[in-house]
Amino acid sequence: MIAKVYVTLKKGVLDPQGKAVQHSLESIGYKEAEDVRIGKFIEIKLADIPKPDAEKKVKEMCEKLLANTVIENYRFEIL
Amino acid sequence: MKFGIVVFPGSNCDHDCYHVVKNVLGQEAEYIWHKETQINGFDCLILPGGFSYGDYLRTGAIAMFSPVMKEVKEFADEGGLVIGICNGFQILVEAGLLPGVLMRNKDLKFICENRYIRVESNDFPFTRLYKKGEVVRMPIAHADGNYFADDETLKRIQDNGQIIFRYCDADGNITENANPNGSLLNIAGICNEKRNVLGIMPHPERCAEDILGNVDGKRFFESVLSSF
Repeated sequence: MIAKVYVTLKKGVLDPQGKAVQHSLESIGYKEAEDVRIGKFIEIKLADIPKPDAEKKVKEMCEKLLANTVIENYRFEIL
Repeated sequence: MKFGIVVFPGSNCDHDCYHVVKNVLGQEAEYIWHKETQINGFDCLILPGGFSYGDYLRTGAIAMFSPVMKEVKEFADEGGLVIGICNGFQILVEAGLLPGVLMRNKDLKFICENRYIRVESNDFPFTRLYKKGEVVRMPIAHADGNYFADDETLKRIQDNGQIIFRYCDADGNITENANPNGSLLNIAGICNEKRNVLGIMPHPERCAEDILGNVDGKRFFESVLSSF
């Protein structure tokens, strides 16, 4: 079982890396790239446990360590 | 007075702190390895600067689960003095001992230079030998010093007088130009509500001796001594 976790900056939190990449995209001709936000993608290989348990555990992992909820949101899928 | 200097894998200002405590202040100092699960007999704990765990995931994020942090939290809960310098500050916010978070610098660069900071409050164990409003100069050396907190938290720490140091110009004006990293309200250092835990991005331990050409940081440590 695999958990795919996406950690992204909350709306309103300045993302200087995203800004730099957006400027770069613009400078190489991609005028349609209006805004870029950079986040993290984390893949976790999980032991085979019932899916509801896995969801509970991964949520805990996000809250405790993977995301800092002061500035970041997270979402995940379990496959 | 006995200082404990917590050493994480990747700490690199631990020796500087040890040196200042031991040789400049003439006090007792001891390193505390991050695996320790019992710490006794300390009057003040310092979480030094560096790159604990290589700054993986987020600065300070992995270190907050080092075994010693449980002890640091208990020590702080009991009113013990805790100082987090630079990476130590980042660890304290991640561990929830201080509010907010330190994000990547606004211009994405690692900045290593001397900066002016204004002492906002001196009714406080870590700054009592400075004058309120005094402008001091200290080196900064960080890539993630951009202080952020939500509006509510920011208002709360302002109202409670928890903002202790702010980046300013040589005359003490808090301006955007004087802000090296994009920190909200030019914040360079804050304390907790109980005023026994302090986080500071600049390095007072790097400017506490004449030979280094700047002694503005010496009174920081002397303040701690005098309040003991």
